[in-house]
Amino acid sequence: MRWLRYLNQWRGTAKEAFDQVSIVAKFLCLLHVTDRYIISSTHVQGPSMLPTLNLTGDVILAEHVSHRFGKIGLGDVALVRSPTDPMKMVTKRVLGLEGHRLSFYADPLVGDDSVNVVVPKGHVWIQGDNVHASTDSRNFGPVPYNIIEGKALLRVWPPRCFGSLR
Amino acid sequence: MGIQNLLWQVTKKAFTGGIIGVTISDRCCSVVPVRGDSMSPTFNPQRNSYLDDYVLVEKFCLQDYKFARGDVVVFSSPTHFRDRYIKRIVGLPGEWISSSRDVIRVPEGHCWVEGDNKASSLDSRTFGPIPLGLIRGRVTSVVWPPQRNCMLALFMVCAFYIIKWVSIQLHVPQDSLWKL
Repeated sequence: MRWLRYLNQWRGTAKEAFDQVSIVAKFLCLLHVTDRYIISSTHVQGPSMLPTLNLTGDVILAEHVSHRFGKIGLGDVALVRSPTDPMKMVTKRVLGLEGHRLSFYADPLVGDDSVNVVVPKGHVWIQGDNVHASTDSRNFGPVPYNIIEGKALLRVWPPRCFGSLR
Repeated sequence: MGIQNLLWQVTKKAFTGGIIGVTISDRCCSVVPVRGDSMSPTFNPQRNSYLDDYVLVEKFCLQDYKFARGDVVVFSSPTHFRDRYIKRIVGLPGEWISSSRDVIRVPEGHCWVEGDNKASSLDSRTFGPIPLGLIRGRVTSVVWPPQRNCMLALFMVCAFYIIKWVSIQLHVPQDSLWKL
């Protein structure tokens, strides 16, 4: 059993290598837990939340604690996994909770007809601040509350716009 | 002073273990119990609740959200805030599903889920197609009770004997094997 004797000889080196790798692995796990459950930074871009968020891209800090306790409220900017493409995250404002009655213009450029809708149980109504260039609940309907993944806290980049999102 | 040090050591080890466990259960796989009989006879073929099936849920499918018809998935409830359900995907985005009265098209980014036990299952026939973003993992196999999974029982027995044999060859004292 020669390979078993080699195994014995390399035991010291193997232990040291294992210790180093385990330090790196523990750090990565801590990073994952912080990013998924406490706070994370996201790069957001696009015209759908003008004038709150810039067109060319901002970095915002989002916290992932409130949505687990059901504390997302009206007017919060939420990070939501898109119901039309689960690989994308979108940032929109929550404008209606379950049971609320809302009315919106079906197409703000054409005509004045408004549609009335009641948000069903367990769902929220999300809408971008820029009603002319945003695909949101006016297109895909109210989304389940559980699809919300975080709440935007404050903007950290660009530095001249540092601060809260109101 | 000794007891304070001991408490600190235990807390550190528990915290590290907890963080590693959470990461593995979020990114790799986790074991969840199946409650209720909406997936009979696939899971919980008998009705007594102390013999609930435990299944292995893999999370690698959440990297690209590519599912196939027939996959059993765990997803968060679209109507109840804290609940999770286990059902089978029977409709992918873009497909047409015939429900009791009419034919429905599953929108992009959504899927149609149904339980195997159609008589007692709360699924898409009630709450409609669900966004793929609600899915939390895909069920690959039953891990408990072991008589429902003979490959796993065989694997566990073989692994035990292999570890025992290797440790004897490496001259590890047999009572310290349990300290791993």
